[in-house]
Amino acid sequence: MAVTGAILVLFLIGHMLGNLKVFAGADSFNHYAEWLRTVGSPALPNRTALTIAEIVLGISVLLHMWAAVSLARRAAKARPVKYAAKRKSQASGYATHTMRYGGVIIALFVIWHLLDMTFGAVNPKGGDATPYDRMIAGFQPDRWWVALFYLVAMAMVGLHLRHGMWSAFQTLGLTRRPNVRRGLQTGAAVVSAALVLGFVAAPFCILIGVVK
Amino acid sequence: MNLTLKIWRQNGSSDKGRMVTYRVEDVSPDMSFLEMLDVLNERLILEGEDPVAFDHDCREGICGMCGMVINGVAHGEQKLTTTCQLHMRHFKDGDVITIEPWRSAAFPVIKDLVVDRSAFDRIIQAGGFISVPAGSAPDAHSIPVPKEDADAAFDAATCIGCGACVAACPNGSASLFTAAKIMHLGLLPQGQPERESRAKAMVEQMDAEGFGGCTNTGECTAVCPKGIPFEAIARMNADYLKAVSK
Repeated sequence: MAVTGAILVLFLIGHMLGNLKVFAGADSFNHYAEWLRTVGSPALPNRTALTIAEIVLGISVLLHMWAAVSLARRAAKARPVKYAAKRKSQASGYATHTMRYGGVIIALFVIWHLLDMTFGAVNPKGGDATPYDRMIAGFQPDRWWVALFYLVAMAMVGLHLRHGMWSAFQTLGLTRRPNVRRGLQTGAAVVSAALVLGFVAAPFCILIGVVK
Repeated sequence: MNLTLKIWRQNGSSDKGRMVTYRVEDVSPDMSFLEMLDVLNERLILEGEDPVAFDHDCREGICGMCGMVINGVAHGEQKLTTTCQLHMRHFKDGDVITIEPWRSAAFPVIKDLVVDRSAFDRIIQAGGFISVPAGSAPDAHSIPVPKEDADAAFDAATCIGCGACVAACPNGSASLFTAAKIMHLGLLPQGQPERESRAKAMVEQMDAEGFGGCTNTGECTAVCPKGIPFEAIARMNADYLKAVSK
């Protein structure tokens, strides 16, 4: 959970920074997308780095989901008789309670997102358009519900990371002092907020017409 | 004050169990929660009914015997307090109070609110021995222990093994209990020779007992009557990872 989650967080940071290229214009954004495919060329065949990244990320997602499902199943088995009274959370942390259903929402979002931006299957411009055109077309005001879905999904990603990022350190036994844990909890809040803002910036600015 | 209690009644482990509603009248705010149940039980005995079974011993908050889930919170909402030290002044006239046993597959209900916590004993047993001479008392200060470590070890050692951490955990995990026991020996020089093998054996026993896995929700440490710190679990994870990576 911790290790695969860490890989996925690193990917998200890279992805978010890449997205911000949309503000630098169509050429910059498309060139960046092209660079991802040709990095290492001509020493390496095209798409080498990208394919490796795709395999690592794919395996990470599957292992992360497998770990989540086995933890949920163990939890269900560990408490066969539920409490009659509604269990009141005593720990602070709303994010903690969104991990399981939030993870499902994020998984559904990733499927839509790949169909939309990678394969173009549900994108108005289709898969043959440039990445920049696909992105602009994807978030036009007449498709406001797509942008809304992206915003909800990003809020879920933020909550997921709010708990997940410091929790990974705890799982790996690196939070042996209270001040270290509190520092990491604050860090997780800051990084997840920065990621959400970075991700939401592009769809929002396209929606309101700032980026065309 | 007058209260309505909804109490889990279960006549033995094979019984299905059910919630039963009782009225308790003239409860003094100075009573402890268990004394309030004593009043109910005295009445039930006089009426020829079966009294509500619940665990208790010292009634001073240090033995770890008592414990029930009160309105959905292990030991009730009062922080750092065992059920026996919870007083009725925290409730008000007319309150409806739901009382349930610890819910865990590893803690089967024996009767009503009494659960079998032998799983904790087996986790302790799995920890085994520590290599110290058992002869005459050692000279004072012959083994120096830094003050900070001594304090942290003592904090961990205050765990009374009541099981509230398991009851409160959404995953039914016993990580805080096991971690407290691992941390208290792991911080002291006397606990070093078997430190990693002990962590591995205790964690494996904990898993074998059917407790859930830890997802760092922090519910355990929030209800712990002894305030066992969340960091204990990180220390357990560190020792366990070290042991299994060898």
